[in-house]
Amino acid sequence: MNFELMLESFPKLIKGVPETLFLVLTSLAIGFILAVIFAQMRLSKNRAVSGIAALYVFLFRSTPLLVQIFLIYYGSGQFRLFLKDIGLWVFFRDPHFCAILALTLNTAAYTCEIIRGGIQSVEWGQIEAGRAIGMSPYKLFQRIIFPVAIRQALPGYSNEVILIIKSSSLASTITILEVTGIAKKIIAATYSPIEVFVISGALYLCMNFIVTRIFEFTEKRMSPRLYRKKQKKAMAPAGA
Amino acid sequence: MNFSLLIFGDAGWGDEMLMAALMTLAVSAAAYFLGIVFGSISAAFKLSRFLAFRLLADFYTTLVRGIPELLLIYLVFFGGGIFLSKIGSFFLGREGFIDLPVFVTGMVCIGFSSGAYCSEVIRGAVQAVPRGQIEAGVAIGMSPFKRFLRILLPQVMRYALPGLGNVWQLTLKHTSLISVIGLVEIMRQSAVASGSTKEPFTFYMVAGLLYLGLTTISNRGFSMVEIWANKGVRTV
Repeated sequence: MNFELMLESFPKLIKGVPETLFLVLTSLAIGFILAVIFAQMRLSKNRAVSGIAALYVFLFRSTPLLVQIFLIYYGSGQFRLFLKDIGLWVFFRDPHFCAILALTLNTAAYTCEIIRGGIQSVEWGQIEAGRAIGMSPYKLFQRIIFPVAIRQALPGYSNEVILIIKSSSLASTITILEVTGIAKKIIAATYSPIEVFVISGALYLCMNFIVTRIFEFTEKRMSPRLYRKKQKKAMAPAGA
Repeated sequence: MNFSLLIFGDAGWGDEMLMAALMTLAVSAAAYFLGIVFGSISAAFKLSRFLAFRLLADFYTTLVRGIPELLLIYLVFFGGGIFLSKIGSFFLGREGFIDLPVFVTGMVCIGFSSGAYCSEVIRGAVQAVPRGQIEAGVAIGMSPFKRFLRILLPQVMRYALPGLGNVWQLTLKHTSLISVIGLVEIMRQSAVASGSTKEPFTFYMVAGLLYLGLTTISNRGFSMVEIWANKGVRTV
């Protein structure tokens, strides 16, 4: 192990962290909104609407993210003239746009399923109660379904966030210099893979550690009642 | 889009793409098998009485599940080459760089990562077997090996099947990453084909469809095995 090299590559690699975070946070934010819409569609009574959402989820979950990224970044080149005509080429020329688009569509598909599970776990009685006091469907969603569903979906979503942090490394394949991209560059230049791997791996582990902690904290904040109940149950076990 | 590019034979890329799909399947199967081996060992470590083993297995799964596979591939590809070269020059007196075969690199990397996912699945399945059954085995004097073979293994296989099916899907998709080090599987072949025909969209589309086919067919296969394995089990 060459500690000098590790010290030297640390500042270089940490420069990639903002890039990684930018990719992750942007695609997670847009992807989440898309996912909520898709989850609504998926649960729609209209066969056509739910079918479209189901097909979207199926397509994006059964192909590798790398295919999606390449299809958008390299594949768009095949329609360059057309894209230039309608003025979209500026976007598809930019690897950042393509990486974020691919990550967004990908996470939206996975998150859609997580949210759908959450919505389906909402007790029917609660929805009935909302209806009984005359809530509009929108208000019902906003005040009852969504808050309960989100609480249910949180553990699954924290896994998805970690997966997206890992997946953002694929952006390095289309010339973006985030942590993995920089790591590869340093490895190719110095031929010391282990030192670089240790540092960049530690950076990823740190990010993931922080994410899991934030989610654990949010989970406890969002359902304090649940945690109090558990404590009570532990104190008074039988027939209480 | 020009679909005549996809015909079989010398004029089109159809047969090349199909061969590449077989390569994807081969490397996925090899990595998956390795993953199950790693996963079983790590699950055994996790359930061990000894703290050191448990810590080691925990370290393995946290590490693999928190670090991008791509980074792991770069490490093994470059690191393995350097390691081999050192061995080569030390023992055989051979100078120069020895490359690790890409198939082996890919298999080891993806297997290592799917092992971490397998380990959780297998651990859960082992814990799902009621303790009383093991105790019953002890009571009638079965040896530990026989207990494993006759009580644990048949049930663990059944409990672990759905989870292992998920890991297979993950493994299959992760093998696309091996293309970055040059193994000619679906992604690499698509890159080569789109480079020479200037039709990247067509070929990445085909790549996507091939993956779709592979995942769908294998999904069907897994659910068939599941039905077979659960024959004679009463369900709700």
